[in-house]
Amino acid sequence: MKLNYNKMLRITNPSQFILMSVLTSAFLAGMVFPLFSLFIKAFQDSGGSFVGLSNYVNYFSQPALFYSILNTLNVSLTTSVVSTILGFAYAYALKRTNIKFKGFFRYAALFPIFVPTVVHGIGLILLFGRQGILTQLGLEIELYGRIGIILAGIIYTFPQAFLMFYVTLHYADGRLYEAADSMGCNALTKFLRITVPEVKYTLVYSLFVCFTLAFTDFGAPKVVGGGYNVLATDLFKQVAGQFNFNMGAVVSTILLFPAILTFVADRILIAKNYSEISAKAVELKVNKNSLRDGLFFAVCFLVVAFFLIFIGALVVNAFMRFFPFERCFTLEHFRFGRAFGGMQSFVNSISMSLLTAVFGTIFVFIYTYLIEKGKGMNPLKKLGRLLSVTPIALPGMVIGLSFIFFFNSSSNPLNFIYGTVIILVLANIVYFYAVPYATASGALKKLDKEFESIAESMRIPSWKILSKVSAPLSLPAILEIFMYYFVNAMVTVSAVVFLYSADFKVASIAITHMAGAGNFAQASAMGLLILIVNLIIRSMYELYLYGIKKQADKKGADLPDD
Amino acid sequence: MKRTILLYVLSALLLIGSLGGLAGCGQRQAAADPTKGEITVYTALEDELVTEYLAAFNQKYPDIKVNIVRESTGVITARLLAEKGNPQADLVWGLAASSLMVLDNQEMLQPYAPVGVERILPKFRSAKPVPTWVGITAWETAFVVNTVEAQRLGLPEITSYQDLLKPEFKGHIVMPNPVSSGTGFLTVTGLLQLKGKDTEKGWEYLDQLHENISHYVHSGSKPARMAAAGETVVGISFGYAGIRQKRLGAPVKIIFPEEGSGWDMEANALMKKNEIKPAAKTFLDWAISDEAMNLYKANYPIISTGKGGSYEGFTFNPVDQLIDNDLSWAAENRDNILSKWMQRYDAKTAPR
Amino acid sequence: MLKGVSAEINKGELVCILGPSGCGKTTLLRIIAGLETADQGKVIIDGKDCTMLPPAKRNFGIVFQSYALFPNMTVEQNVLFGLSQQKDLNKAQQRAKALQVLALVDLLEHKNKYPAQLSGGQQQRTALARAIALSPGYLLLDEPLSALDAKVRARLRLEIRKIQRELGITTIMVTHDQDEALTMADRIIVMNNAVIEQVGAPRTIYENPVSTFVANFIGTMNFYKNYAGTFGVRPENIELTKNHLPGNFWTGKVSSLEFKGAMIRVYSKLHDNLEICVDLPAEKAATLELKENDTVYLKAADRHLLQYADVQEAV
Repeated sequence: MKLNYNKMLRITNPSQFILMSVLTSAFLAGMVFPLFSLFIKAFQDSGGSFVGLSNYVNYFSQPALFYSILNTLNVSLTTSVVSTILGFAYAYALKRTNIKFKGFFRYAALFPIFVPTVVHGIGLILLFGRQGILTQLGLEIELYGRIGIILAGIIYTFPQAFLMFYVTLHYADGRLYEAADSMGCNALTKFLRITVPEVKYTLVYSLFVCFTLAFTDFGAPKVVGGGYNVLATDLFKQVAGQFNFNMGAVVSTILLFPAILTFVADRILIAKNYSEISAKAVELKVNKNSLRDGLFFAVCFLVVAFFLIFIGALVVNAFMRFFPFERCFTLEHFRFGRAFGGMQSFVNSISMSLLTAVFGTIFVFIYTYLIEKGKGMNPLKKLGRLLSVTPIALPGMVIGLSFIFFFNSSSNPLNFIYGTVIILVLANIVYFYAVPYATASGALKKLDKEFESIAESMRIPSWKILSKVSAPLSLPAILEIFMYYFVNAMVTVSAVVFLYSADFKVASIAITHMAGAGNFAQASAMGLLILIVNLIIRSMYELYLYGIKKQADKKGADLPDD
Repeated sequence: MKRTILLYVLSALLLIGSLGGLAGCGQRQAAADPTKGEITVYTALEDELVTEYLAAFNQKYPDIKVNIVRESTGVITARLLAEKGNPQADLVWGLAASSLMVLDNQEMLQPYAPVGVERILPKFRSAKPVPTWVGITAWETAFVVNTVEAQRLGLPEITSYQDLLKPEFKGHIVMPNPVSSGTGFLTVTGLLQLKGKDTEKGWEYLDQLHENISHYVHSGSKPARMAAAGETVVGISFGYAGIRQKRLGAPVKIIFPEEGSGWDMEANALMKKNEIKPAAKTFLDWAISDEAMNLYKANYPIISTGKGGSYEGFTFNPVDQLIDNDLSWAAENRDNILSKWMQRYDAKTAPR
Repeated sequence: MLKGVSAEINKGELVCILGPSGCGKTTLLRIIAGLETADQGKVIIDGKDCTMLPPAKRNFGIVFQSYALFPNMTVEQNVLFGLSQQKDLNKAQQRAKALQVLALVDLLEHKNKYPAQLSGGQQQRTALARAIALSPGYLLLDEPLSALDAKVRARLRLEIRKIQRELGITTIMVTHDQDEALTMADRIIVMNNAVIEQVGAPRTIYENPVSTFVANFIGTMNFYKNYAGTFGVRPENIELTKNHLPGNFWTGKVSSLEFKGAMIRVYSKLHDNLEICVDLPAEKAATLELKENDTVYLKAADRHLLQYADVQEAV
């Protein structure tokens, strides 16, 4: 049988096909090839000759590893379950009850993603450490170890879980409840029969995402992990303790497992979930129930109070000479030393984050556009989807190391980017890719799928429909991606710790150094600066959304009848 | 109209971003003049010390631009090794000798005898005819004790390793993990040597110590700062880490065990690469000059020329505190020691 | 997956592709438009093989069920968007052309509104204006009226037909609504399960449906079997009386009456539980004073009997 490749690939639009190929190649060069150059080491000895699976055999024969895997599963499962429940309760409170201060609660939930995870660790120590504020009040917990990792993990993953549920509940159809009311269903029946099915995919997805994040997180175990070994610290010990890159590569591949699970879950669940969201959903009118409202207010209040004490502790720490032993006001902690990169590192962080946000957003949006709206090219689209969700499972350290091996090779024509800000930007774009992809994909799926067909019939080139219609209509999503990239690039440590160059230090690394040097006060001060910048960016975004909403209200007003 | 404004804002942001991003890059051409140029230095010296020392260097050589990458010993070594194919650093400054030995074994170091190398005591430099690395300072095991907490808990004074085994200290000691921390490694190898390196006595002591340890951490300076913050009472750390906390205002006391301290040294080396910059040699020469040594010894009293400074409260020459350390024994047995350690203590650090 | 679909469409006519949902009619339209590619077969336009041509080179205008209006553009901008690609027209000419088509669909006064500010019918007309603005060689309509309510739909059928005649533009419309097809089309292509069942003028198809599917899908058909085979007869072609009739007739009992405004549909049970429905003008039904369980006599003229090879369950 003669195969018609042209037909198979369905290249009906050559320019799209070329662009798609170029972007896919860029993705291969920016992620797959570097990862390959690291993972190949899992099957080599230190001299570089092929040894098959013997590194794995060696690794699995160590009892310490067994504990690490159990420990990692233990903390990741606990973290994902608690975060998911908490995220759901919090989102439920904001969407399905009549509690007060919803707007405030919504923003306050996002606080943890505005500061580096090292700062979470510092905050936890300030709260629960032996001299911690809560410890002094009699709330004693054994912070260092399992509980510390789980607490930090929850702080880190809670906002993600919350956001997922918030979106799902926001788009759920309120009419179902009205129908149930008319049938006389009680609250429990409604919850089990409507709410649970409504959020079940999000529930599973949230569990997977939080699990993966906790599974690969390195920041929390390093700061508050104590002697509790997890895979991420094993990776660190192999690489930065034993200097054994081969074993490091072995651990890196093990760390990828939940990613594969998440990918499978993503493919199965998200497709179904989208079909379940009705475009014409009606927002629910929440009925009165003061017991329920009181309960959920308490949940939100506790979470936010915890975060506020957290920020409070940072502020106190940043402005006190030596908390808790010497408590007089000072600004000296804001004078950052030259070796930390000084104030320049803060400026650098802002530049790097802007570059990441601009180029990341452009790339994500165009690539996702081609995946969602491109003509034909199904094999390339499938590959694109796979590439786009993989980064969620990549620990930052894995990206950093693989970038060294790949880009620092003098035979690589892209070698010139090594040691420049470009490689940091690239590492950030790859590391944080999965969420912007989901955002872009969701936004594009909501657009009428016939825009492109209309454009073709009118002989409007696809770049024009993208720039004049799809992009403007997706502007909220585009800005969200921009903001997500910016905020995360501001706080990331693990993706850049192996890559930043001597003349370009960034603030998040500086914080790690400050914390590492025991200078929690300076670290808190820098953490506050990052928090402030991120809050400013976020507020600009919210203001813009508010503007759009007002404009839309105006445009959609006074609908005429036929 | 609105879109146009947005476009302008975006381009402006982009421009600012690129300017900021590229500002630091500068020119990278090699100058034949050894007092001019730009060099990249990888170091594990503490941040604020780097700042202080560099200020002195640049006063003397204002035309040499020094770009510093500072990371913990493990990370910087891993980075150097990972970059082996195409080294980015021109030289390494103040990195643990044990790490430099690893680099040396992989033939990544360029032999170079800096001006004045003959003043460096033989045990503080590589044994090769033209040394591949040259030590500058040594750091040694020290206990950092939070006096406020110790008093509150009514804990006795400590003067020796033996004192750490007292039952009152159970759960009040933090120690660096030798697998991920250089200080942890030198403490463990120091103890093994003190108790007789070919006997099991050292391990027996570590078994007992393990009972009192609250937990192991991944950095040598962390126990000191945990003691300073009151997160632990005793941190097994190194001298300077404690001194720094004290200078920051922490209520801590630094104690050197009377049995003696395990130690390692910070050393410098020239990286082997295609283009070796004259300015890099200038830096290495300066880094062992008397001027530099005087700066070092204010913080690390044990310097490689032997004419050390003094710690506060030290009544004797700090060099005497150092045990007779067999660095090459430690380097050779590194894998064995660490895997034995991991088997005994790391695997047991499951839920506490 | 379409199977052996083949049809010819003449210049200037309005052809409806009619069929139940999932029968492949939209796929066929998209293949004609070039939005999808056929694995086999050919699309020939004006004697040219266009099978592998991209949509842009096929010179058609299209209106989708969702209209796919650009929500961030006004009515006029929507129409101008395509025109702006026409390099042989200057700005003023483009604008004049846009206003001309807007006048044609009677939307001039709404030209500065955004789609969200328009009624369903106005949105539909905007989509139509946009589709014909480029003076395409043919027009494709994919369920253009299905999102509208009954009254608006009826009005727009006439309007679209009028505009189509005025422009003399070859039009292919996909619909699942038989009334729409019967009132608007010059010819109808009836599809089911990815095959074409029948092609013909509305009247021919109604009067001479070639298969039981077509007979059932377009209008209502009574089927019965006897020794000679399976026969079908339209409800309005059966005579119903309360008295014996001369010649062959059926006897039945009225099982239910359905009021349909101008006419009454009478369901009667015959022997063997066979149910036959008859449409009577309301006036005649009133004079008969029909009630449930009345015994009635039914008769159909031979010329109204259609013979079929098989009987299919009613759709």
